[in-house]
Amino acid sequence: MDMKRRDFLKIAAGSGILLAAGEPAFAREAKKLPPNALGILYDATVCVGCKVCQVACKQQNEMPNEHTAPEAIWDDPIDLSGKTLNIIKAYKEGTGENKDADKDGYSFIKRHCMHCIDPSCVSACPVSALKKDPDNGIVTYDKKACIGCRYCQVACPYNIPKFEFDKPFPQIRKCQLCNHRFKENKFSACCEFCPTGASIFGKVTDLMEEAKKRLLLKAGDYYHYPVAHVKSREMSYRPVAKYLNHVYGEKEGGGTQYLLLAGMPFGKLGLPELSERSDASLSEGLQHTLYKGMIAPGVVLAGLLFAAYRSTRSHKDDE
Amino acid sequence: MKDLDHGSKAEEMICGFSRRDFLKFCSTVAAGMGLPLGMGAKIAEAVTTQKRPPVLWLSAQECTGCTETLLRTNHPTLDKLILELISLEYHETLLVGAGKQAEDWREKSMKEHKGKYILVVDGSIPVKDNGIYCKIGGKTALALLSEMAADAAAVIAIGSCASWGGVPSADPNPTGATPAHEVLKSKGIKTPVVNIPGCPPNPYNFLSTVLYFVTFKKLPELDDQARPKFAYGRLIHENCERRPHFDAGRFAVQFGDEGHRKGYCLYKLGCKGPETFANCPVQLFNDVGSGAWPVGTGHPCFGCTEKGVGFTVPLHTPARPKYITPPSLFPGLDAKKGGGVTAAAAAVVAGIAGAAIGAGVATAKNLGKNEGHESKEK
Repeated sequence: MDMKRRDFLKIAAGSGILLAAGEPAFAREAKKLPPNALGILYDATVCVGCKVCQVACKQQNEMPNEHTAPEAIWDDPIDLSGKTLNIIKAYKEGTGENKDADKDGYSFIKRHCMHCIDPSCVSACPVSALKKDPDNGIVTYDKKACIGCRYCQVACPYNIPKFEFDKPFPQIRKCQLCNHRFKENKFSACCEFCPTGASIFGKVTDLMEEAKKRLLLKAGDYYHYPVAHVKSREMSYRPVAKYLNHVYGEKEGGGTQYLLLAGMPFGKLGLPELSERSDASLSEGLQHTLYKGMIAPGVVLAGLLFAAYRSTRSHKDDE
Repeated sequence: MKDLDHGSKAEEMICGFSRRDFLKFCSTVAAGMGLPLGMGAKIAEAVTTQKRPPVLWLSAQECTGCTETLLRTNHPTLDKLILELISLEYHETLLVGAGKQAEDWREKSMKEHKGKYILVVDGSIPVKDNGIYCKIGGKTALALLSEMAADAAAVIAIGSCASWGGVPSADPNPTGATPAHEVLKSKGIKTPVVNIPGCPPNPYNFLSTVLYFVTFKKLPELDDQARPKFAYGRLIHENCERRPHFDAGRFAVQFGDEGHRKGYCLYKLGCKGPETFANCPVQLFNDVGSGAWPVGTGHPCFGCTEKGVGFTVPLHTPARPKYITPPSLFPGLDAKKGGGVTAAAAAVVAGIAGAAIGAGVATAKNLGKNEGHESKEK
């Protein structure tokens, strides 16, 4: 190779910096909420941790049981996995006596796909196996298109897509908002079966309205919490807990269609702090600029060919 | 005036009950089957206006436990049941007559009520060596069953033995003990069969089935093993009063240990509740109130209503739960997955990493050499 050791290292470092900097000039516009976006509002202060949503999710999506304890008598996943699309986790602090309190408190948290408005997994997927529905905004997965590269797993800031490592023909598994039940006029099982109204299904705009309304309520007052669906007539009349004045998913990572309310900071409940700008809008812009018209890759290839040609010629000259 | 008197008298006493008590009983039976409230009156009507339904009871390889359980019903008591609600035409234990007298009555009754009587079978039917292991009046149980079932309106197999084989069918099954429905199937008899398994079964499950048949002229809804769904539709585990302990992971590990004394879940003692369908925890036994069922008294469920569980799986072997649900324990937010790295995986990864580093070093060295070589030439 006709290159000095010093130069080689310099170029290598330089190209690394170029990639890491991710100049905003490359960024594309962030995507907007689809017109009929559907989603879920989870209110941790209403959740009682009964795990009915977990059971219903497994049944309706025909997911296998998962055993982590030595006796295989419970379905006891400890995290989302290729067998578990929805999980209730618990956070406990200090004595853990008071629900939703910041000090000595505890809280439940329901984790599944956030159905981002501008999803990183869709952006990272090289074969469009992951797609965002242009109408209802559900992030769906097509096992026929998937090549198993697992870029989506790396791209997702919430660590949601899971790979079936134990299967000979594995798939990526993640919540698809029970879209297979829509044609039966049903909606997400976790919401339909939730007895308290902690998880409610509906249009994201309606859910956001409901969430904002709840934040204006005074702790200790009574409020009619809709059960199962945001437009449901079935209500659960219960006292309002102290809310943290924040709707998680309103702005996080460009916004999500799964919205969360809680009584304590979301960081404690395992949800990452993200910028308002979606990652996909930055990285995808950079990628698309670099590969636009395949000019840059063409130039690089030509350069490489030229270098190779020159080095072989100099060898010949030597002889 | 006379008519009025007669009417009021008839109202006062029905089947030897006061009208009030009788309707109460019918409503209880209806409620037990999950029928709507008004059905109690309909059952009462069916029982009083029709001729008492004739019932013939055939006992084969059995222990009389099923009869004993029926003797212990309190609403109604046995005398009311067999003398006023149903017409018990033939029952080896309860017959007044004996020997030829009894057998003659059986044949007479079968002719008289042909196609209308209910045949109750308790005990399994030995089929090995042409059924010579059980004979009544010189006839084998096998022949008796085929003969009696052919003319019956319905067959009710009471007890585990008649329903799926029970104790006599336990390995090595020396008599070829066979449940009633299998015998009928092999003989090509099409009379509908209801199984009321249990060792013994709850008498009210039996009673409710009989009265349902009398009232509606059809059998109640059955599951895939021909058991009435109102009684065998749910796992014992689902209605068990110890279920919260199971979900919370609190188990009795030995008889008499602290957990056992505190009433913890009996799963680890071999309770078959998670794989046995029956209404024991709801219906209870002997009309004495709460806790009067095996698990309530501190003994693991035995699985008697379930073929392939009771008398088959050893008593203290843990059950395989039918419906697996999450425990009431929660995973933490930072739960770590996996059991660490295996030695083989670590070796493979280290090998690949080592090769990569080696290659990197070799490349870098070559670059340096090239540089040196060039400068030399210059």
